[in-house]
Amino acid sequence: MASFCRQALPGFFLLFLVLYLPPAPAQENPYFVSYDHYLEEPGNLEIEYFSTFGTQRGGNNFHAYWAEFEYGATAWWTTEFYLDGQTTFHDSTVFTGLRWENRFRLLKHEHFINPVLYFEYEKKNGADKTMKEGEGHDVESDFLVSNAEARKEQIHEVELKLILSSTCKGWNFTQNTLAAKNLSASPWEFGYALGASRPLTLKASAKRCTFCPQNFIAGVEMYGGLGDRHNFGLHDTSHYLAPVLAWNLPSGWTLRVSPGFGLNDNSHSFLMRWGVSREITGFGSMVSRLFGGPK
Amino acid sequence: MKAVAAALAVSTSFLAVSVVLAQTRSSEKPPLGAASQYDPARYGELQKAPQKTRNRANPLENDPDAVAAGAILFEQHCAECHGGAAQGGKKGPSLRAGEVQSATPGAIFWILTNGVVRKGMPVWSKLPEPQRWQLVRYIKSLGGLALPAESPAPKP
Repeated sequence: MASFCRQALPGFFLLFLVLYLPPAPAQENPYFVSYDHYLEEPGNLEIEYFSTFGTQRGGNNFHAYWAEFEYGATAWWTTEFYLDGQTTFHDSTVFTGLRWENRFRLLKHEHFINPVLYFEYEKKNGADKTMKEGEGHDVESDFLVSNAEARKEQIHEVELKLILSSTCKGWNFTQNTLAAKNLSASPWEFGYALGASRPLTLKASAKRCTFCPQNFIAGVEMYGGLGDRHNFGLHDTSHYLAPVLAWNLPSGWTLRVSPGFGLNDNSHSFLMRWGVSREITGFGSMVSRLFGGPK
Repeated sequence: MKAVAAALAVSTSFLAVSVVLAQTRSSEKPPLGAASQYDPARYGELQKAPQKTRNRANPLENDPDAVAAGAILFEQHCAECHGGAAQGGKKGPSLRAGEVQSATPGAIFWILTNGVVRKGMPVWSKLPEPQRWQLVRYIKSLGGLALPAESPAPKP
């Protein structure tokens, strides 16, 4: 019973955060892999859950998932904490690791191209199947290893990204270049992500509505690996093309969905991603008050 | 077990950063209720709008729905910092002040587009351009309105 309580406590805390604290209607982008240059509003916390269902040739299909806590530390710095896991059908369910990510806006004003620097530390095991990015020579056959075997591999990795994003006539175009280094002896690995999206309509409605076209943002993203320092290029890499759709509800919830399609024989044939998130206003102030900060 | 310990360590760091930043920001701001006090320095950014942008006319100036749509957008994205009736809040200054009301629509649009990132106002170019102009219409419409006794967001 005590063990159950200890395990359930974080869940209750999350439920409290999501349901009790005031939500903020968000204007979230629809991407799952790409990042644009917009950071979290300062003091707000966004709690997100994402799922990826993937097909596996020659093995068992899988369902990978992660929880994400995204906090706007300042208007130019967003920090995020992730917890990852996966279920491989006919195999097992495993916790696969955690990640801590930071994004820094470099320029004070909005420009035609807006650069953001991204730094992430990952502590994960070899069973990770979240496919949050495409990098190096990651290919479908890597996932054929059983969870029991794969989780023995412990990975400490740093990941750097340069995010270049532009918004023009309602369209967002973004390009992410990735360099990742497993802190063991592995070489630097590279990857990319491209995204384009646009709200279904640009003018807001004069009435409150849930199904207004301005609440929907549709687009497409493409991502994949670019090899490593010794073997840079498209050889033995996987690539995906995925339409994306986000629905920003006035109640503060955002729903996202994205069917993804492998573009070559090294890629999983089909990835189905979906996610739900809720943005909470004034989280920073609430924490401050808990520790005796100004009311 | 190591993973749990690492998760706890990272969570604690995350919480500590939140607290430090929240307290830093809070100590820079006037106390609740005093935010709407007049402080001309808080509006200096309006003067930085380039002349060309400042002279832009609002393309939705004659749109009969723009103010109502802007009011909803304001409630969703701006009221948290600037107060439900734009009277000023914990983080953002009053938008009913003379500096804002006498500013050109183009200057207000420029602030919305670029934010005041170093002082905590995010970039709002993620709202499409017509929505930013709708917000400008709403903000400019506040000049002739009396401040409500309470501060719920105005309903269109």
